Amino acid sequence: MVIDWLPSILIVALLLIGVVGMLRRSSLWRAGRPEKVNIIAGLLAMPGRYFKDLHHVVERDKYMANTHVATGGGFVLSMVLVLVVHVFKVEQQIVAWALLAALLLMLVGAFFVFKRRLNPPERLSKGPWMRLPKSLIIFALTFIVLTLPAAGVLPEGTGGVALIAVLSIGVIIGLGELLFGMGWGGPMKHAFAGTLHLAFHRRPERFGGGRSTGLKPVDLEGDVLGVAKPSDFKWNQLLGFDACVQCGKCQAMCPAFAAGQPLNPKKLIQDMVVGLAGGTDANYAGSPYPGKEVGNAKGGPNEIITAGLVSQETLWSCTTCRACVEECPMMIEHVDAIVDMRRFLTMEKGETPNKGSEVLENIIATDNPNGYAPGSRTNWAADQNLAVMKDKKEVDVLFWVSDGAFDMRSQRILRAFVKLMKAADVDVAILGDEERDSGDVARRLGDDATFQSLAKRNLATLGQYKFNKIVTTDPHAYHCLRNEYADFDKDGALAGVEVLHHTTFLNQLVQSGALKLDAFKGGKVTYHDPCYLGRYNGEYEAPRDLLRSLGIEISEMERSGFRSRCCGGGGGAPITDIPGERRIADMRMEDASATGAELVAVGCQQCTAMLEGVVEPRPEVKDISEILVDQLVEEVH
Amino acid sequence: MPHKVISLISVGRHPQSGRSRRADQDSRAVELGLKLAGTDLDVVHAGSSEEPVLRQYAGMGLPKVTVLEQAESADALPAISSYLKTQQADIVLTGVRSESGESSGMTPYLLAEQLGWPIVARVADIVEVKDGEAQVLLALPRGQRRQVTVKLPFIASIDNAAEAARQSAFGPGLRAKMEAQSGSTEEDSVRVNWSEAPAKARPKRLKVVKAKTAADRFKAATAKPQGGSGKVMKNESAQEQAQAIFDLLIEEKIIR
Ligand code: SF4
Ligand code: SF4
Repeated sequence: MVIDWLPSILIVALLLIGVVGMLRRSSLWRAGRPEKVNIIAGLLAMPGRYFKDLHHVVERDKYMANTHVATGGGFVLSMVLVLVVHVFKVEQQIVAWALLAALLLMLVGAFFVFKRRLNPPERLSKGPWMRLPKSLIIFALTFIVLTLPAAGVLPEGTGGVALIAVLSIGVIIGLGELLFGMGWGGPMKHAFAGTLHLAFHRRPERFGGGRSTGLKPVDLEGDVLGVAKPSDFKWNQLLGFDACVQCGKCQAMCPAFAAGQPLNPKKLIQDMVVGLAGGTDANYAGSPYPGKEVGNAKGGPNEIITAGLVSQETLWSCTTCRACVEECPMMIEHVDAIVDMRRFLTMEKGETPNKGSEVLENIIATDNPNGYAPGSRTNWAADQNLAVMKDKKEVDVLFWVSDGAFDMRSQRILRAFVKLMKAADVDVAILGDEERDSGDVARRLGDDATFQSLAKRNLATLGQYKFNKIVTTDPHAYHCLRNEYADFDKDGALAGVEVLHHTTFLNQLVQSGALKLDAFKGGKVTYHDPCYLGRYNGEYEAPRDLLRSLGIEISEMERSGFRSRCCGGGGGAPITDIPGERRIADMRMEDASATGAELVAVGCQQCTAMLEGVVEPRPEVKDISEILVDQLVEEVH
Repeated sequence: MPHKVISLISVGRHPQSGRSRRADQDSRAVELGLKLAGTDLDVVHAGSSEEPVLRQYAGMGLPKVTVLEQAESADALPAISSYLKTQQADIVLTGVRSESGESSGMTPYLLAEQLGWPIVARVADIVEVKDGEAQVLLALPRGQRRQVTVKLPFIASIDNAAEAARQSAFGPGLRAKMEAQSGSTEEDSVRVNWSEAPAKARPKRLKVVKAKTAADRFKAATAKPQGGSGKVMKNESAQEQAQAIFDLLIEEKIIR
């Protein structure tokens, strides 16, 4: 009888439509620029990446982790068995029972999804996502009933035509969401796009506990520098955007969003999806960019993004703190996308806002952002009796001073660090006037041409000398030297050189007994993780070890370690200065005050400047080297 | 009918680093030119078309730069003036003085002399060009402006008070065409005999302010100097006027 066959026909039909949708969706990604990936290796590695790396992130929320394993695992298993039982009609009861078990697992999971959606937190998107748990439940229930006869629980033909009709509707609703929706842009798209995104991720180094945070260089010979239109992204970046599940974890962590600046990383990724597929953001059912209404954004794969899809202020609000990337369960790369679009604005349009263009022009003309005479770079060290590489040629430790050399507050940090090194008898020298800006700010402001030129010139200088380690007090320079210069280091100027942040280096000195320190006698101390030290380079422990070595028991802020909140100073944000309702530095200082600390220890001159810019009364702010130097036991030689 | 505007550009020099850059006033001349003529603006440089600084100007959105190709030692003036004679330009914009080379500030004057055009010095803005005339704002000290009407064609030297140059974008700068024509071979005989040395800071005359209150000090710092000892010579002969200036220069020990 035809009616008996109806469910099977529906399954096959929806499966086919789903597959057509998926093929169509892949063609949207392929509009992006080519990028080489290892297809086979990626696909083989995918399950491992899913179970280990992705779940490592999801597990921070135990409830959701278990729920997802039950629902997702249950669904994949059920789908395979549904085909076996209901399409290929394999008539073994044991298979049917296995299917029932899988469906039950999924049903339980779906129930917990439903529960979370009863009173969803603000970060979650509503809209079609509210319907998802119901569709999941309908799917599970429908197939449970449909499978009971095959399992021998009910006689074949139970319920007659009426039941089959009802079940067919269930099949349409359930599979409509799960198969049709997967291919045609419903919430379930995340499963399909997410799987492929894990396989073809642009930064495969991130999997298996690795880290990959350096920005990718721009090909300066290209016909468009940076990303103007969605189709200017690499194809696997587009794929990545499509994997977003709109969980809003990025939004909840974003300092710019919290400050009421017009940026919401989740909305940004969704706008990229609108761009790659073409259309408007009218169906977006999550939080907006603060201060901007939803529904007015329009875009297409070949339309300029900043001409209607995303406003320029949105792109310039980001501090490149990577909190969103760190938090994203789908391992989407927000910062890459934002900087790619900034590159277009700076290098093609010449529209870096506020002080941006002045700073870039200064960097180009004087190798420092404030336009000071390059010959005055070493003035700060006039009384420091520091050796210069030009004279020494060979040394154990090269101290990379960074542009803090021009700033009186930062000079205090530099002097403290020099004093510590002297006390530990370190064989150290500086580049002196031969040093140049690391290029960090230029790169984050989208001027990769200037960054590349600085990197090459710095590397050429470094290549003339011999040293075992480079140590710097500036996490931004540290990041460039350690993670971004390698792309331009043709002659191996940094090959075999250990690049260290001063806290790591000082910690080595303290652990080896080269530095003798008294116990700290001040009040409560908290520690602020600089983004470019922590999330960018994974150094959370050395600064804490140092504080502990002074007998300090750190009063941690609620957001610390990999969840540390940015001070607002990164990514050129103080230069582009996009207005919000609050200042990010004020919010961070509130975090610090909430611990009752009297002293905030930091490991970055930029954080020091930002946090000290907060009006008093507030805890004191000191770089770790300044704290250490006060406790230094000076031996008389 | 759109007006033909030409901006002349030179290689500038950063005051702190001494490095080549787009010159401040010249790039303001390009900015004003873009305002008046959009991308029809003709931007002209006498020198080498390989000069990287030209790309910084081009990054302001110029599709092309006209380069009168000539050696560094060659005089820019003959090349530019013979180029301008072929162009039927309405307005030629230059900086007040270049940041490198002789930096005499004479280029606009000599060009005006050779072309027989009027020159307007220290222009802050050109407000309107209509019916063969332009409304020009001249920059005076302390932010003051004077509006004058000038008949086309004319040469204007652009003051630092003019609209600052827009940001230079790397991509368009890289892709702009350098259209080379042959320049002059005439050697700049004055320049050749010069030797360059870093400038010494000129001693500044101390202004003795006997102010008691902050308000007085503020006034003293901002008020227009009341030139008590100055005098206006209108009716005297040129001989007498020149003598008065000469005496003053001696008195001030500027020449001895
Ligand atoms: S980008 Fe990542 S963290 Fe943000 S909503 Fe999408 S999946 Fe969640
Ligand atoms: S990098 Fe930081 S500021 Fe930028 S979008 Fe992500 S969380 Fe927000």
